[in-house]
Amino acid sequence: MIRFLKALTFVACLVPAASLAWRAFGSGDLGVNPIETLTHQTGQWALRLLLITLAITPLRRLSGWNRAIAFRRMLGLFAFFYAILHLSIWVVFDHYFKVSTMVEDVVKRPFITAGSIALLLMVPLALTSTTWAIRRLGRRWQQMHRLIYVSATAAVLHFIWKEKVIINETLMYAGILAVLLGIRVVFALRKRAARARV
Amino acid sequence: MHIRKGSSIPSSEITPEHLYVSRRDFMRTTAVVVAGAAAAGTASACGMEDGALAQTPLPNITKSGFSTSEKQNTFEDIISYNNFYEFGTDKSDPQRYAGRMTTSPWKVKVDGLVNKGADYNVEDIVRTAALEERVYRLRCVEGWSMVIPWVGIPLASFLKRVEPQGQAKFVEFTTLNRPSEMPGVHTRALDWPYTEGLRLDEAMHPLTILAVGLYGKTLMNQNGAPIRLVVPWKYGFKSIKSIVRMRLTETQPATAWNKATPQEYGFYSNVNPNVSHPRWTQANERRIGELFRRETLMFNGYGDQVASLYAGMDLKKFY
Repeated sequence: MIRFLKALTFVACLVPAASLAWRAFGSGDLGVNPIETLTHQTGQWALRLLLITLAITPLRRLSGWNRAIAFRRMLGLFAFFYAILHLSIWVVFDHYFKVSTMVEDVVKRPFITAGSIALLLMVPLALTSTTWAIRRLGRRWQQMHRLIYVSATAAVLHFIWKEKVIINETLMYAGILAVLLGIRVVFALRKRAARARV
Repeated sequence: MHIRKGSSIPSSEITPEHLYVSRRDFMRTTAVVVAGAAAAGTASACGMEDGALAQTPLPNITKSGFSTSEKQNTFEDIISYNNFYEFGTDKSDPQRYAGRMTTSPWKVKVDGLVNKGADYNVEDIVRTAALEERVYRLRCVEGWSMVIPWVGIPLASFLKRVEPQGQAKFVEFTTLNRPSEMPGVHTRALDWPYTEGLRLDEAMHPLTILAVGLYGKTLMNQNGAPIRLVVPWKYGFKSIKSIVRMRLTETQPATAWNKATPQEYGFYSNVNPNVSHPRWTQANERRIGELFRRETLMFNGYGDQVASLYAGMDLKKFY
């Protein structure tokens, strides 16, 4: 059953990419500014998947469905996959591989600085996502993978700062992130209280 | 519509607001009735609510030496990718929602430091000078650009007609603010109504036009129907849409984006590849229809005509 659900999740995570590929090379309906559409769509899917990944632990704790953990790695890696697509479009179509202008973007524009941090922090997490690395790192693995909190926060800031005005959509993502991180604070406080009682 | 009393207009010339509004309602009702009666919706001259109106062809358009010969963007590009925050912040919102804006009848209030301040019918403004086609580059502050065949008249022709007074140094423009027809003004995205401004010499410059058409026909609502400003050497947001008021002033008027984020948008907002924006490089741009970015030109390529307006000014300071 879990294997089937995992296969289904895998396919579902590929749907946005497949849809964009079809719109780009098949139907040709990426809109008036196709590069912008690709950039926005890949970025938003990276953020959505990052938040879904962050929802797994609270879901598991609140529902008691421990098998939910089986999906976490795949979802996190797909978030990384979309973030890499997002970055690649920027490198190729916005900068045409020109390092100097990319560096200028990262240093001078706060929203791109935030986006770069979000993506850079995902790199070690993706690299240490193998079963071997998890065994090898033990306790430190869990500590290290808390970097996703920073990464997701930077990703949300990236989205908010990109917009000229405050728009509801970005605030929605900020709200979801606040809830997901807030739950963890509550869990941690409870754990500490429970320990203090013992 | 919010009508403020202008100091230089005799009160006898001002139409009381209740008459104004009731007349508009009458026209709107008439339009709906006529549209209902007409089998194929041929009542395009009346401002119908919603739906794409057939745009009316404009007669006797002359060509202009100010036009660029660059490849023009398609009509479809120009009417489906717009920033018109009164209808929403997404680029597709104006096309989706602007159809409900009533554009006929339409008056533009001219007041402030002018001798002939009055409420002018848009048809009357258009009659000021011969209609010209002006194919201009439009550079958005967001880093994209298009080439657009506008139809309009020089703003200077109309301003001369209303006779600015000696102390007048600036023109302030205001966009329609009608919550019943504009879903975007219910949000706090900007401080409505949208206002813009030009120095009087910029307003009088021959490149500056009041556009009423696109591709030989009347403007679509999402492009700022029935009358809008086009200032091709400045970022697109300076070219204010759906104008209901022009006020001549002695002091520099407040402008919508400058009020919202002064460190990002200056009063002048000339296209300048050397002054970058906190969010976007201004050194290059994506021409809609092209995959890779191209270099942005100083004053959007209109430097030969307009650079002298800013002689001696530090354009890094007056961005």
